Order: sequence, then structure tokens, then C-alpha cells
Amino acid sequence: MNGVHDLGGMHGFGPVEREADEPVFHAEWERRAFALTLAMGAWGRWSLDMARHSRERMPPHEYLAAGYYERWLWGLETLLVEHGFLSREELDRRAERPRTARPIEPGALRAADVPRLLGNRRAARLDDPVAPRFRAGDRVVARNLHPAGHTRLPRYVRGRQGVVDRDHGVFIFPDTHAAGLGRKPQHVYSVRFAARELWGPEASPRDRVYVDLWDDYLDPA
Amino acid sequence: MSDQHPQGHGHGGTAHPHGAPLSDVQLRVKALESLLTEKGLVDPAALDELIETYESRVGPRNGARVVARAWVDPEFKRRLLADATEAIAGMGYIGRQGEDMVVLENTPRVHNLVVCTLCSCYPWPVLGLPPVWYKSAPYRSRAVIDPRGVLREFGLELPEEVEVRVWDSTAELRYLVLPERPPGTEGMSEEELAALITRDAMIGTAKVQPPARARREARG
Repeated sequence: MNGVHDLGGMHGFGPVEREADEPVFHAEWERRAFALTLAMGAWGRWSLDMARHSRERMPPHEYLAAGYYERWLWGLETLLVEHGFLSREELDRRAERPRTARPIEPGALRAADVPRLLGNRRAARLDDPVAPRFRAGDRVVARNLHPAGHTRLPRYVRGRQGVVDRDHGVFIFPDTHAAGLGRKPQHVYSVRFAARELWGPEASPRDRVYVDLWDDYLDPA
Repeated sequence: MSDQHPQGHGHGGTAHPHGAPLSDVQLRVKALESLLTEKGLVDPAALDELIETYESRVGPRNGARVVARAWVDPEFKRRLLADATEAIAGMGYIGRQGEDMVVLENTPRVHNLVVCTLCSCYPWPVLGLPPVWYKSAPYRSRAVIDPRGVLREFGLELPEEVEVRVWDSTAELRYLVLPERPPGTEGMSEEELAALITRDAMIGTAKVQPPARARREARG
């Protein structure tokens, strides 16, 4: 989707503001929002692609005003409702409730499972024997696509020419996976774009931007 | 502090045990955790464990150890550049948001900078969770179109003849910059070297400073 999350190349956001000795979390609610997202993700009802897409669907003005973990919270609430864990009404009640002693469901993430969950070494890489469409050194053009759903093809490379720098292997295709339409295994390449190809003659003639792109995002140039 | 801001920062809300009102977002998170706990869908002990992991155990010290080893051990560096995932796993740094790693070597002629323009992808096992600036709109929007301007804000002015390579983490590959070893570090141990290496140097927004300067900056 042509969402506001697709920030590459936009102007007007001002300087990068840094914080000295920044803590990992800035408030207790950030800790809890982070952990709730990972713990509910461990149920396996949605993929990482679906989770990213849930945050991207935050209304643009809210997305820009929100902090990172507010976006996570918004995405988590959306996923919980869409996957039937909670109703919107339950969420809207918003009252703080006492914890009860109801037993933890068998599918819930337990503390002892956390190291295994976080140590899992397989995520989006697949072993499917899919032939690559391109090889390192091939000239390619990023397709001018504007899907309304999730995509990892940033606007700033669409229609631009680059060179395949390396083939990363076969991965899940996020556009279909986020929509529940399957993994559509295909190669991902690091594609090298000259800064001038992307940003015009004002850009440095030496600089390059490398973007990881799937077969379905590319055509031969 | 709350005396100077009697309205608080949120949208009203109920009384907090410590007097300050809970913001809307605090209320939402508390309500959500209560609701999910009540339904037996989350184990609060697992939440604590997740938080503890990223607050205390995983962070940029991991990445610094990888870089320091690459500086002292040419064979390790060769393996790191050829297959970063395996070389880093060999040091015990594996898992979520680091399943497929790529290491980018800075040289006197090439400077690498990592960003995620679409969200905030970041190599958790070696750097921990990302800082706020990495996730912010200014960094995500400008790193690709004005990398030299962004680096200048970080205090790094690169000569025109240096090639800047910006890596946009749009897929599931996670990037770690291997910074240049600074002068004046000959004879330092792996541990001493690791202490010089900053998070920002492994994202590419800084260089690793020679020991004297690193000490000055640490003193502030």
C-alpha cells in the first residue's frame, strides 16, 4: 500500500534527534506492549508480514504522531480483533481489570519457552528449489507496482534501474503472505541503485542505495 | 515534575497509585494485558522473561564482540564476510530478527549505513532493540536521499571521494556494519577493543574513535 510508513526520500521531518544514554524502554507500558506483541505472536495465528501490515494500516495522521510502541499496540489490537482473540467492544471498555486465576491456555507462550522462541533460526528463508530469475551483475528495473495491500517494494525505487549485487536465496513473498495467500517462494536480491538514478543530478555520483527486492518486484532492464 | 505539568501528558484517565494520571496509551496497555491474562492467553511470567531478555541480556555489546574478533582474527573476519549468519551464530548470537545476517565492511574508500525505510528492521541478536532515532521519521526518510547530511548530524563528515552505501532493510536480511579499526589500538586485546565499539558505529552513523578520544567522549 502507498502508506505513510513508506518514508524513504520524504522531506520535512527535520533533523535526527538522538538521546544520550538511551534506555531500552522509556516507560513500563512500552515494555508490556513489546512483550504482549511477541507473546501473542507466538500463538502462530499471524505472520510477521501480517503484523507489519497491521501497523501500516494505522491512519496516516495517527501513524506519524505515534511512537514506535504505540504503533505496535495499534497493530496488536487490530490483529487480536481480526483473529477473534478479542472483540472491539472488549478493547473499548478500557477499564483496568483485576487479574484472575483462570488457567493459562495450552497454546500460550510460557516463560520456559521464551529462549526457544527467540532462538529460532528460521523465519522467512525457505528451502524450495525455485530457480532465480536474475544473477549478480544483471541490470534490472523495479516494477511500477502500487498494490493496495502489504508490499516491501518502497515507492522510491519503483520504475528505477539498478544492478543485482547478490542473490540472498529463496524467501517468503510478503505481499501474498500478509494477505493469507501463501508463501509464493522466490529469490530475494540485493539490488544496487546509483543515488543519481533515484534522486537526480543533485545526488553524489559515488553513492549507492542497496535495496532487498523479490523476483516479483523486478523486470530485466 | 508532575507539579509543573498538572494536566499530565495523556488524555485524562484514572488516578494512578502514585498520583499522576495514567495516559490513554498506559490505560490501553494495562487493559489489554489484563484482558489477555484473564482469558488465559498470555502468561505474565513469559512477558517478564521477554522484557528481561532484551533489557539485560541482548544488546550492542554482542555486536561489539563480533567486530572486535574480526579485527584480531583474520580467519574469523573472512568467515564473517562470507557467511555472517554462521560466523555470528558461532559466537552464540542467534535468533529473532537476526536469522539471516549480512556484514558490511567499512574501508577508507567505502562507508556503509543501514536503515529500514518501511518499518524499523534491525539486527536484534547483535544490537538489541533499536534506539528511538533509528525508528524515527527523520532517519527513515533521509538516510536514503541525504545520507551525508544525516552523517553530518552525527558528527561524521565524509570526504567526497568516499563512496557511501546505504542498505535499506526491506527484506529479512539484517545488516551489521564492520567499522574500521582505529589507529592507536595496536596491541589491544579483543576485550579492550570491544569496549571501544559503539552501537552507532555498527549501524554506520559513526566511526570507532581511537582510545584517547573514546575516553574523552565517555567522560563527556
